[in-house]
Amino acid sequence: MSSIALYPGVVLPTAEEEIWRYSRIEELSLDSYVAGLLENQIDAPADVAGIVTQGAAVGECGVAMPIPVDAFAEINAIHCSGAHADIITVKTERGKSYASPVVITRTLSVSGLLAAPRLIIDAAENSEVTVVEHFLSADDISSLIAPVVEIRAAQSARVTYIAINELGNKTWKIAHQQSLGERDSTTRLFTVALGGDYARVRTEARLVGIGATTQQVALYFADKTQMHDFRTLQTHIAPRTSSDLLFKGAVQDTAKSVYTGLIRIEHEAHGSQAYQTNRNLTLSHGAWAESVPNLEIETNDVKCSHASTVGPIDDEQRFYLESRGIHPDIAERLVVLGFFNEVLERLPQIDVVSGLRAKVAAKLHAGAK
Amino acid sequence: MSTLIIENLVAGIPGKQILNGINLTLNSGEVHAIMGPNGAGKSTLSGVVMGKPGYVVHSGSVTLDGVDLLALPAWQRAQAGLHLILQYPTEVPGVHLDDVIREAYVSRGRDTSTLDAEIVAEAARIHFDMALVERSMNVDLSGGEKKRNETLQLALLKPKFAILDELDSGLDIDALRDCARRVEAATQEDNLGVLVITHYARLLEELRPDVVHILAAGKIVKSGGPELADELETTGYAGLTQ
Repeated sequence: MSSIALYPGVVLPTAEEEIWRYSRIEELSLDSYVAGLLENQIDAPADVAGIVTQGAAVGECGVAMPIPVDAFAEINAIHCSGAHADIITVKTERGKSYASPVVITRTLSVSGLLAAPRLIIDAAENSEVTVVEHFLSADDISSLIAPVVEIRAAQSARVTYIAINELGNKTWKIAHQQSLGERDSTTRLFTVALGGDYARVRTEARLVGIGATTQQVALYFADKTQMHDFRTLQTHIAPRTSSDLLFKGAVQDTAKSVYTGLIRIEHEAHGSQAYQTNRNLTLSHGAWAESVPNLEIETNDVKCSHASTVGPIDDEQRFYLESRGIHPDIAERLVVLGFFNEVLERLPQIDVVSGLRAKVAAKLHAGAK
Repeated sequence: MSTLIIENLVAGIPGKQILNGINLTLNSGEVHAIMGPNGAGKSTLSGVVMGKPGYVVHSGSVTLDGVDLLALPAWQRAQAGLHLILQYPTEVPGVHLDDVIREAYVSRGRDTSTLDAEIVAEAARIHFDMALVERSMNVDLSGGEKKRNETLQLALLKPKFAILDELDSGLDIDALRDCARRVEAATQEDNLGVLVITHYARLLEELRPDVVHILAAGKIVKSGGPELADELETTGYAGLTQ
């Protein structure tokens, strides 16, 4: 493997590696891109305006990422210390709860760019904050975005992070989300993926303090030739920690999706509980979804469960609605929107979230086979 | 007045014939009970008439006021005026009762402007907790709550004919009474015709049948008045199906 001229020392992975299996990594040629920047818009009402900083020192990077992750996180780190640094930091004050969400809109409007923005959420002890990162590009924008979000929740802090992908159908995204939960903290990582050509998210919740809790929730819906790719890790390091993961996706036309998830409970993490559910609807004969759940448990006295399903709309559910006189296309819409409701109902009810149901509905062409 | 006619219906599942020639005529406002032992074909009959996937019709006909129901998909049978309450109501996660009823109204060209009030009024009538109306369809509901939910839908949609497939199974006495009385009331208020399929006579104490049919091995072997149900209670099916 040769390294890339743009990023000396960085070696791209191959699909031979388990974590990149089923991915489209082999199609990627970094030579087609130049390093660049996207446009950021920050909506922070008065109560949160003071906690957001743009252009933080490179020293801030890595608060929640002690371990190198992959080539794209490395690329992001190279950007952070160079001319294309794009770092936004949200740093809360101890004991403060912020009612308004910080909404960051990141827009790619030029083709041929590799943008690698970083978001750092550093929540001090017993503080509470919600941050939304909204990714947008037009349909003809052929660029690659490699974002990293790192989240540190100090003792008893409560952090909610929501990533919304509404990228155009030629844009690639290879993202990494990392949270570090200290004692009795709560971290919630939500992802809604509707856009992109190939859009991948690796999301790891690390529970390093006793009693820390995390939730990872995602809704993804790919159509045409899109591919959504999720790799999740629930890493329990400290005792009595709990994690709950719910990922629900649908594929339509010839779209593809991949979910692989690992619950890892380390030797010291006794008394922990971990749940992982991945459900996939295949709405067309040509669509394809893969789901691979995994457990790695190194201690006794834990509660774990995982469930995974891939399949078309349930015939009995469809018949039940049809037997009420509802046209099959509408019955199918109701079932699919109901399927996603379970995720949408878990999301914080804020402005940017409230329009998502309609966007999912608009993407669904009923009766598609 | 409307009429549902089942004539010489022969049907089953692929590779197995279950109904061996059913004949039955049901008029508006009438209650017919179909009773029979396990395996007699009771649920097959309800599934075939409503158009549930998985059944095969070999011969015979089912018509509603002359409309050939067997030629229609399930949703059009419902629009023609047929309603089915399943023995085990299907769970539809994330889909709420009002979404379903609203779409069902719209598909029938009905006005939905007073739907919310109608739901509240009907829920009160059968003692169905409004908090449960907000839940996903049949998800995390008890047996009794599911059948109240089903009866609520029947009351709102006001079909011409309803097939109740073992409405009484898994039901506590209060829920049984509430559901049965609501259906009985619909036969009078809305002239609903009812085909009530049951294993036990206790449902028929609240929902009084005009005619009782005994179904055994896929055929109606005996028909009579309500006294036939009482007779079954004492003799059991063995005595009646000889």
